[in-house]
Amino acid sequence: MSAKPLPRITAETRPYWEGCAAGELRYQWCAACRRAQFYPRVACARCGGRALEWRRSAGRGVVHAVTVVHRAPSAAFRADVPYTIALVDLDEGFRMMANVVGTAPETVAIGDRVRLVFERRGGVALPQFTPEGSAMPGGASLPRLA
Amino acid sequence: MTGDLKGRARLTGVAATAFGELPGSSALGLHAEAAHAALADAGLGPRDVDGLLCAYSLVDPHMMLSSVVAEYLGVRPAYTTALQLGGATGCAAVMHAAALVETGRCRHVLVVMGDNRLTGMSRDDTVALLSAVGHAQFEVPYGPTIPALYALVASRYMHEHGATPEQLAHIAVTMRRHAGLHPGAHMRAPIGVEDVLASRVIARPLRLLDCCLVSDGACAVLVSAADAARDTPRPGVGLIGAGQGHTHEHLSQAPSLTDFGCHDAAGRALGEAGVRPGDVDVAEIYDSFTITLLVELESMGFFERGAAGPAIAAGALALGGSLPTNTHGGLLSFGHSGAAGGLAHVVEGVRQLRGECGARQVVDARLAFVHGDGGILSAHCSLVLARA
Repeated sequence: MSAKPLPRITAETRPYWEGCAAGELRYQWCAACRRAQFYPRVACARCGGRALEWRRSAGRGVVHAVTVVHRAPSAAFRADVPYTIALVDLDEGFRMMANVVGTAPETVAIGDRVRLVFERRGGVALPQFTPEGSAMPGGASLPRLA
Repeated sequence: MTGDLKGRARLTGVAATAFGELPGSSALGLHAEAAHAALADAGLGPRDVDGLLCAYSLVDPHMMLSSVVAEYLGVRPAYTTALQLGGATGCAAVMHAAALVETGRCRHVLVVMGDNRLTGMSRDDTVALLSAVGHAQFEVPYGPTIPALYALVASRYMHEHGATPEQLAHIAVTMRRHAGLHPGAHMRAPIGVEDVLASRVIARPLRLLDCCLVSDGACAVLVSAADAARDTPRPGVGLIGAGQGHTHEHLSQAPSLTDFGCHDAAGRALGEAGVRPGDVDVAEIYDSFTITLLVELESMGFFERGAAGPAIAAGALALGGSLPTNTHGGLLSFGHSGAAGGLAHVVEGVRQLRGECGARQVVDARLAFVHGDGGILSAHCSLVLARA
């Protein structure tokens, strides 16, 4: 069975994935636009400015959209169905895709508060979310990855 | 009512192969079947073509597909290129072709697209290949399929506007009824709302019959300069408006999950044509999933927010309804063969305006609106066609 896909890390996304490995969710901030940017880019997608700083997200947000996948994209995900995919709006003002884990998939609803957890996959820590009240250990308690 | 046809590009020849399971077919062979049929429809031959626009093939990828197709057909174009905008490619290529003939660069531009996705590759391979449209670092690791990405749109639309699975099912049922009137359609056996609701869940809330088909098939459209249209036996159909709109590629980057680039694309096309949504006699609009058609119809202004679902359940998109839509059966039932699936909407729009659709003909259709969308409601192109 093929393995689940891993990100192929590039220069502009390396600080993000290094942050994940350290148990934190980082995002870019454009000082000129006063706006969070996600995913990481070489320049601000609004003003083109390159003065982007990295900030740390508190890892809390709200579910903007959600589905439960019953037909997997590949053999690697087949054992996981049904699983949840959500678009999560982080409190710092950016949106990202993730699975909502540590709960029954059908129970996740738009408007739910969620918090960051990490999944270890290969040599990577992959950001995921779990319902705010879930007992799953959060990002901060994740041991540092090599 | 309609804009001026004078000087505008004409669609002078159209063709679609049968869509569905075509054993032994090849991507190139399908291109050729459609191309020669469209040329015959226009009363022209390969050497009359001086522009050639293609898309791409998943089964037989080539970095220079339009050059390969030109060689295969025996066309020696003065201009050729391949376009890649997913489901919007068909409409976008017609828009591109119109620019070529309206600037005098070409006289007859052949737009041809086809693929044999059903028999040429396994369903698992098709699903896996298409899933790679997600962002490699920030989406694909989470296991989204194309239906899952559209299901995210559906979840948000239903949350905001209260549409029901039954209303979505009515779209699939209407498309199937239309396909039953088209001899070349992939799926023609009637279905009911209960069949849609009983089909298996692919990605909540979308079920199997909310999803388009995977088909073999090809389409071709010949776009001619207004004066060159005299080379052909019919006056052709005028392209009186075209427009595109693009807001994102990856769904996680979309500024809205209920309003998309189709808003601007349709606004630009209708504005150029000088018509309003209410003037349209027949619509051929991209329907990769039931939710696709629903959100696009509202985003483009054919229905008020939240009104499309109830209207469709009451028959608005059926023949005889207020906006007969996808009279060939659309991607949901006529079939979907990659870029050719989107081009099939153009072919049907032209045939409706020529009055050739028999049992599925919209009475006295004079103005057609055609729309293609690629990616996850990412790339949009609208066309307004008028009877010459």
